[in-house]
Amino acid sequence: MKQDSSFRSFSLSLVWIWLVLFALLPFALVFVAGFLSHDNDQLLSLPVTLANFFQLHHSLYLRIFEKSLWMAGLSTLVCLLLGYPFAYAIARIQSPIKHFLILLVIIPFWTSSLIRSYSLIAIVKTKGLLNTLLISLGIISHPLPILFTNTAVLIGLVYNLLPFMILPILTNVEQLDNQLIDAARDLGANRFTTLLRIILPLTMPGILAGCILVFLPAMTIFYIPDILGGAKSVLVGNLIQDQFLIAQNWPFGSAISVVLTILLALLILIYWRSTRGEEQEWP
Amino acid sequence: MKLKNISVASYLTLIYLFFYIPIGVLIIYSFNQAQYSLLWHGFSWRWYQELFADQSLWLAVWHSLVLGILSSSLATMVGLFAAVCLYRYRFFGRQLLYGVLFILILSPEIVMGIALLILFSLIKMPLGFISLLMAHTTFCIPFVAVTAYSRLVSVDKYIFEAAKDLGANDWMTLTSIILPLLWPALLAGWLLSFTLSIDDVMISYFVVGPEFEILPLKIYSMVRVGIKPEINALCTVLFFITLSCIVMYQLLLRKKT
Repeated sequence: MKQDSSFRSFSLSLVWIWLVLFALLPFALVFVAGFLSHDNDQLLSLPVTLANFFQLHHSLYLRIFEKSLWMAGLSTLVCLLLGYPFAYAIARIQSPIKHFLILLVIIPFWTSSLIRSYSLIAIVKTKGLLNTLLISLGIISHPLPILFTNTAVLIGLVYNLLPFMILPILTNVEQLDNQLIDAARDLGANRFTTLLRIILPLTMPGILAGCILVFLPAMTIFYIPDILGGAKSVLVGNLIQDQFLIAQNWPFGSAISVVLTILLALLILIYWRSTRGEEQEWP
Repeated sequence: MKLKNISVASYLTLIYLFFYIPIGVLIIYSFNQAQYSLLWHGFSWRWYQELFADQSLWLAVWHSLVLGILSSSLATMVGLFAAVCLYRYRFFGRQLLYGVLFILILSPEIVMGIALLILFSLIKMPLGFISLLMAHTTFCIPFVAVTAYSRLVSVDKYIFEAAKDLGANDWMTLTSIILPLLWPALLAGWLLSFTLSIDDVMISYFVVGPEFEILPLKIYSMVRVGIKPEINALCTVLFFITLSCIVMYQLLLRKKT
């Protein structure tokens, strides 16, 4: 049928043209730009060089990478520790309000993290809610300086990314077969053994997915360190932003992005490998 | 058992408080009469009135709305076609298409932002409305495609065979089968795209031009200066816009079962 092939070629070409032009090509350009030279007149210029990648070797930049990895890793860990019991408990609820409780996690998942980061300022600032509360409870006598420190950045990252940890784990726990837990109990396993040998291994895909969804943005959300960390806190995301919009060194900025992307791609690959054999499903 | 239930409930409550207290405080203080005090000085619409009087702000809101509506409509169209192609056809590069959509969802927003900035500067496209529209549409497409695809998979596939037997071509199948069956998923995808577009900071930050100011970036530049009740009021407005989109999205998704 002629019209069928017209539909097929129309839809395929629309989708491909759009995605090649605005997704594949730009990503390829970043990769190429990472190997170009910096020139004051032009943003990108020849010759092809590896200098940008060598420049990254500089201890200053290595420290930034190290610090970002550390902050992202720490916030992933905190999210996991806070989020896993939460997700598990919600998934186990047998009640009509469950949908509502899940919705209450989905709302912060999708609403603006800029707004949510801003809302934290009033909580953590010197005369903010947290300090006022702690002082009135008699836990501390002087307000803690939290705002514009790494602690504030960490709180901001956890606050923003916790739903990204909770939701995949929650979905995973819901699919858990209760009979396996009962069987473990029948066979004499105590709670701890059941958790360690049955529940944790079976929810590992959810844990890994959650960790990736937290870790990836944590490395790059430049506005959280910007708003909550003040000038002292420079992470990889801020470094890339600076290279593009302030220092105007696009090749170096691109090189950082390439390294970052490769690093993150490796993480995703590990995830993929570890969940291989599962049904192929859309994220 | 009772004690366990109480401890579980209090843990859940604590996390929910952690999620909602900052937002709640933000909303409450947007109604506070006083400018700098943490103390409550009485209810007032003052900051909202100041917002309403600010012309440049209204322009940014208008820009964001137009951008959000157009980019989510474009993304819904392309995303629908992508989902239909993936579902119905076996073609060269099908795996690649999956891959590209997957990469778009997972790639760090900052990398996408600079990637598009490099593209637009190479083709000498001035930064502004068009560059934002292209960028927003692109990052919304995979979300529509995923929503539409997962609905398509749950449709009885014999319906498509029956349509074919009865002589419908692919265009007719699209308009009389796919669209009527998929509209809740498509509307859901549209709402999600709209939310993503109206909230986006990271990608817009790189492809925005001086002539076309949008709301999230306006908020960002205000926030960097410091905490002010006007920002609280503005954030409250934006929060409720996106909140209603999310709730509608969830309701529409549930409708499919």
